[in-house]
Amino acid sequence: MLLITCPWCGARDEVEFRYGGQAHLAYPDDPESLSDAEWAEFLFMRDNPKGEWAERWMHAAGCRRWFNAIRDTATHRMVVTYRMGERPPA
Amino acid sequence: MTGRRVDGAGRWLDRARPVTFAFDGREVQGFAGDTVASALLASGEIGGFVSPIARRPRGVYAAGVEEPNAFVEISAPWFEPIRPATMVNLVDGLQVGSRAGVGVLPAGPVAARRARHTHRHVETLVIGGGASGRAAATMAEGRVLLVDEQPVVMDPPPNAVTLTSTTATGIYDDGYVLCYQRDGATDLFHHIRAGRVVLATGAHERPLAFVGNDRPGVMLASAARAYLDRFGVLVGERVAVFSANHAGHDAAEALANAGATVVVVDPDVRPGPATERLRAAGIEVRLNARVVASDGDPALTGVTVSAADGQRTTIPADVLAVSGGWNPAIQLARGLGIGLRYDEAKACFVHDGSGPEWLTVIGRAAGDVPASFPLWVVDDGDDREKYVELQRDQTVADVAEAVAGGLTNAEHVKRATYIGTTIDQGRTSGVLTAEIVNRLLGWAPGAQGPTNARPPYTPVPFSALAGTDSGPILLDPIRITPIHAWHDAHDAVYENVGQWKRPRFFPRGEEDMDAAVARECRAVRTSVGVLDASTLGKIDVRGPDAGVFLDRMYTNRMSNLPVGSIRYGLMLGPDGMVFDDGVAMRIADDHYVCTTTTGGAAGVMDRFEEWLQTEWTDLRVYCTSVTEQWSVVAVGGPHGREVVATAGTDANLAHDAFPFMTFRDATVAGVPARICRISFTGELSYELHVSPWHAQHVWNAVMTAGEPFGITPYGTEAMHVLRAEKGYVIVGQETDGTQTPEDLGMAWIVNTGKGDFVGKRSLVRSDMLRDDRKQLVGVMADDPAHVLMEGTQLIAKAAIPEPPAHMLGWVTSSYRSEALGRSIALALVEAGRERIGREIHAVVGDATVPCHVADPVFYDPEGTRRDG
Repeated sequence: MLLITCPWCGARDEVEFRYGGQAHLAYPDDPESLSDAEWAEFLFMRDNPKGEWAERWMHAAGCRRWFNAIRDTATHRMVVTYRMGERPPA
Repeated sequence: MTGRRVDGAGRWLDRARPVTFAFDGREVQGFAGDTVASALLASGEIGGFVSPIARRPRGVYAAGVEEPNAFVEISAPWFEPIRPATMVNLVDGLQVGSRAGVGVLPAGPVAARRARHTHRHVETLVIGGGASGRAAATMAEGRVLLVDEQPVVMDPPPNAVTLTSTTATGIYDDGYVLCYQRDGATDLFHHIRAGRVVLATGAHERPLAFVGNDRPGVMLASAARAYLDRFGVLVGERVAVFSANHAGHDAAEALANAGATVVVVDPDVRPGPATERLRAAGIEVRLNARVVASDGDPALTGVTVSAADGQRTTIPADVLAVSGGWNPAIQLARGLGIGLRYDEAKACFVHDGSGPEWLTVIGRAAGDVPASFPLWVVDDGDDREKYVELQRDQTVADVAEAVAGGLTNAEHVKRATYIGTTIDQGRTSGVLTAEIVNRLLGWAPGAQGPTNARPPYTPVPFSALAGTDSGPILLDPIRITPIHAWHDAHDAVYENVGQWKRPRFFPRGEEDMDAAVARECRAVRTSVGVLDASTLGKIDVRGPDAGVFLDRMYTNRMSNLPVGSIRYGLMLGPDGMVFDDGVAMRIADDHYVCTTTTGGAAGVMDRFEEWLQTEWTDLRVYCTSVTEQWSVVAVGGPHGREVVATAGTDANLAHDAFPFMTFRDATVAGVPARICRISFTGELSYELHVSPWHAQHVWNAVMTAGEPFGITPYGTEAMHVLRAEKGYVIVGQETDGTQTPEDLGMAWIVNTGKGDFVGKRSLVRSDMLRDDRKQLVGVMADDPAHVLMEGTQLIAKAAIPEPPAHMLGWVTSSYRSEALGRSIALALVEAGRERIGREIHAVVGDATVPCHVADPVFYDPEGTRRDG
């Protein structure tokens, strides 16, 4: 069970959180201007890297805030968590 | 078998405390500190067990968790269907029976082991209380916890909390470790979060494959030594030791010192560090020799040894102690993705150093094991008599058969032979199997390693995992409405909707469900009924941008909803599929209350918050779950208005003053109420939203006021029938996440002119526009008495074609309709709306039932009844 550091509440067990998939995927400004293929790309296609990637979590059984995290998909290591709207730390 | 106690040995034993236990119905003597296995060996019994498949006689083989032969059922003082005899410590009143590798649960209740669950946080957790584990614990700072699966840890470090009889069952991410402590009457399940985990779990000795290596009397050399050191049991008087490494030689020396006559058979050509020492002590050591067979009937009486020149001799022996090498016990770390590498000198697989930074592997677990001569299988003799996996009765020949069948990966061989799928999880068989496969394929030793290992490290009773979280309350929360006691008192039969208990129907006298539901439906259609609708999800949405926000969440417009009005809405996922439905009530310009389905409330709340926090952070909107802050008494039927009036209200109920899809904040029966004109039945209805404190009072007032009309409480089953008669969908029953509003015939609720909303773009994807999509329609069986099963498949022709048959769709809802006096069904059917009026066939068993496709609105299609 991961130990996840909520940017608002601190380190808590994974069971308190809900997973939210890939981070930094902005909802398109004008979905109707996108082709079917472009919309499908936004809707269905996600990166699947081996290594570090940015993902979203929500502290469901705590403050209920969404936040972002960098996690290593190969080792499960939580590299860093940061608040919604912030850029990933360099 | 001539096992006996010897003086001066047995450091785990308390000889001052004899303990008697029952084994297969007879009394066996032991001492406190003994295991069932050690006590049996001390009393001269090594056999007494049987293998599960070939029913071959077997004996105690190991001294710990790797035991593959000696299993017992524990029937007192607690019940456990199966456990290795090596892992059952003697307690007063213990009763065990031998089992052939398979546990059986009795029919009735049993006294299962319960565990209390507890949490611990430490800087360092050391798993394993051997020399290296104790040293690591002594050097660690902060809170230190040391656990060991055995009942005794010698010289526990003073700076550590030491838990004995405690097995680390799994290591998970970020230093999360589960430990199961079986110590006395109350078991404990420790959930440990450790800053650093030190794995000092030692190594397991592995056997060698030769003819008759499963005979009672053959055991691991480490086990023979452990029985002597821990329990003071000398397992045999004449012991042959077949050893490929110096630890086996050391065991031989210890057994000789305790009084046994010992011969060592060593496959190595070179003398090792122990050879001369043993010879000097008068122990015969035969180099470059192999045991090629065991003799006995069935228990061991001797072994046949082949010398370097091929000459065979027989050594009389009542025990053959085998040491084929050492496998570091690294199983606990395998789940963390660590790697193994082959060490040629030690002829085993060792940790390659990879893994999370918080994990340290030390001692024998890290590969600090004796060098070993690389021998796996003795070539002489019939491979069908050389056992690889004792607990599955699998031999070298069985492995060869799997490889001959084309399998080259040890994981595949495991699944073909079931080697390693055992209670001991292949501890004695895993590496041996991999090396036999390597050899059969002509690959070098170590070309592939053993199969993966997964938690739990050793079997854990489900009752211990459940702990105290069992029984009707703690298994899962039960949610009840404030009117629940009344439902109980009126014989409600409940259905579970999520965690909620909802009355399904209220039988009277001897009524069955069909009769009760028919009566309840009749009451609503002809007079008046009342439903406890408190479980509806409710979300309070406030803020200056609430209207804009809801416009984006629902397919229709909510921002232009007048204060005091109600609008039905559909919510879609971004993929355009129906996600939930409900109504929005506008309380004020900046305040709405949205209802959701009973089961969807939490999901909708999550969805609202997700969009507000992650996409539309500029919107000033706050959402609060108010599901349990509002109870709902739904009064419906032609006499509904009179009932609410009689219950007493200051609202003007006249239709012109209080039209459909509006609400009034007023009083009912003297308490504040939000009265909503919403209808899920098609009848004139008033939903009375009140504080939970007043819910029972208002329900009682409604029942009293309705008495002259025979007011009838109804449950979810009647509600389902009544809404199906009107063709109203239930999200989750008519939908499965693949239906658009258009599929449900609800294109009217999609406002494409209002700007973007969640799911809008997806509704015009090419797949959404196909004309063969499944659409919601009615289905009427030609026989009006036939009620189709929900889920029934629908096909075009009466004759069932050869598979694969083309399915046109399936029935989503099906009932007997009291109002129509016949059966009705809703179904999702390919291009269904085009088929209205046409024949369709329902597959029922091996036959078909003729039906016709119909409009999904069966009753009062003009909607004349909703205003009373």
